[in-house]
Amino acid sequence: MLEVKEICYEVNGRKIIKNVSLFAKRGQMLAIVGANGAGKSTLLSLLNAENKPSSGVVTLDGRSMSDFDPLELAQKRATLAQSHHVNLAFSVEEIVMMGRYPHEKQQAREQDQRIVSETLRICGLKDFGERSYLQLSGGEQQRVHLARVLAQIWDQPEAVLFLDEPVAGLDMRYQQQTLAIAKALCKKGMMVIAVLHDLNLVADYADRVLMLKDGRRWKYGTPIEVLNTLDIYHVFDVETEIKINPKTLSPLVLTKPIKINHSELN
Amino acid sequence: MKKPLIYTLMTGTLVIAMLLALAIGAVHIPLPILIELLLSKTGITKPAAGSQFETILFVVRMPRVVLSLLVGAALGISGAAVQAIFRNPLAEPGLLGISAGASLAAVFVIVLQASFFTVLGGIFGYYVIAIGALTGATLTAFLIYQLSSTNGRPQIATMLLMGIAVNALCTAVTGLITANAEESELRNITFWMLGSLSGATWELIYAIFPFVMASLILLPLQGQKLNAFVLGERQAEQLGVKTKSVKRTVIMLSTMAVGACVAVSGIVGFVGLIVPHLVRLMGGVNNRFVLPASAILGATTLCLADLLARIVTAPIEQPIGVITALIGSPVFIFILLRDKNKISS
Repeated sequence: MLEVKEICYEVNGRKIIKNVSLFAKRGQMLAIVGANGAGKSTLLSLLNAENKPSSGVVTLDGRSMSDFDPLELAQKRATLAQSHHVNLAFSVEEIVMMGRYPHEKQQAREQDQRIVSETLRICGLKDFGERSYLQLSGGEQQRVHLARVLAQIWDQPEAVLFLDEPVAGLDMRYQQQTLAIAKALCKKGMMVIAVLHDLNLVADYADRVLMLKDGRRWKYGTPIEVLNTLDIYHVFDVETEIKINPKTLSPLVLTKPIKINHSELN
Repeated sequence: MKKPLIYTLMTGTLVIAMLLALAIGAVHIPLPILIELLLSKTGITKPAAGSQFETILFVVRMPRVVLSLLVGAALGISGAAVQAIFRNPLAEPGLLGISAGASLAAVFVIVLQASFFTVLGGIFGYYVIAIGALTGATLTAFLIYQLSSTNGRPQIATMLLMGIAVNALCTAVTGLITANAEESELRNITFWMLGSLSGATWELIYAIFPFVMASLILLPLQGQKLNAFVLGERQAEQLGVKTKSVKRTVIMLSTMAVGACVAVSGIVGFVGLIVPHLVRLMGGVNNRFVLPASAILGATTLCLADLLARIVTAPIEQPIGVITALIGSPVFIFILLRDKNKISS
């Protein structure tokens, strides 16, 4: 269980995260939503111990995140970052194998190899292992990193997976695929915490939603509780209409187009 | 190509380069005699009757070849490690301030020596320059490291720029001293700034051996962690890599090894920059391969460069730094053009 108690985060006197509390359980996917600059990525970086909160505490299974040794933590949690800048021609397999670095002392190489080829397969990169990372398209590169973080926690049933905008830049198929993998990992008993922008993906895949506004927790609950016209309007300043998908009973968010008068553009 | 094959080829080339460098010179040592002498020295065969070649080989030529191997290996492996932590293929050990700091100190000592240390003279003077250079290298590297750190964490991007700034400052002061130096000192200064292995003795080799060996043994152990650096430091940390300690280890080991080498051989440019590039072209970018392979290729390169420095205009020697730059820059331009075409296609 990941428990967050009244954390704040301040950089150069500017408060980015203000008094956020929540808890997330294994077996569930938590989506973090909010407008640009609301503090979603920053909150994620506090939850995964990349940064230390200025006040408050984040605990994993009752232990403060800052008490973990970096290597021990790397065996328990993985993070898919928003962007990647790899500038050397590593092969796809070499990059994905980096996900196994934290485990290399515990296991045989064959096990690592097997995990790497499994994660490559599930990310649709089955025949990409030998290719140079630099020659892939942006979306393919992103899937390589997804395969890498999956490899990091693949055989750790209690792991926590953090995803920062995991579907940005992916095509429709792999947007679904990525979240379906995350959902399947939850079924296996892991915990997934993802920053997402597409509220319909949130509605379809997330078990809990945290809505952030200006670094504060605006609302927290199930998708059907959180995704409503009023809260979406307050947080995103966009008018929407919510339907209920009769098959899945999850909410369907229909956005109303915004009109800008062309005279405003001059 | 498979890695074992590449290692075999590289080691083979290294051995050939070594034998060539040992055999060729003012007095040529025929290969059979050379091999016989080497075998008898290692106790494999019975000692041969004392020949005229023995002194030349063991007193004059061998220290020089061994020194070239040590300096080359240190420059190669440090170059590869520094490029990895800076995540910048244009980085080289000089960026840590080692070369500029060493030059400043060495030039200072040379000029000072002319006025104060003349009494000490000869070989002792050589040691004073070496110690001065090593001190200068360590001080500048430490200064750049400290100036680029916030809360004890070195900021790599700042360090790159800080390195350029401190290097420029050192070069300026060095230039100031040089401009006001006397004729005899100038010759010494030029010789040192362009690099030379002509001062090689077994004593010098014993002196730098521990520094170079420390880097040759300990840097390859960082190979995997340095691979993770390619993802960026934050991502490397997510993989459990203690980036702060890796950076500190790499910077310390490189400064020690390259500082010690610069102290005894002067500035030998371009090896630390180009050798890792060549190695990546041959066998890929994995640092578990690039680090040791850069040491081997660096040693080969410097061994051959020193051979050229000795023989192209014999009996006059050319500075080795000039040879490495003369060969190194076209090679580097070739690599850049090749990469450019690869990107545009």
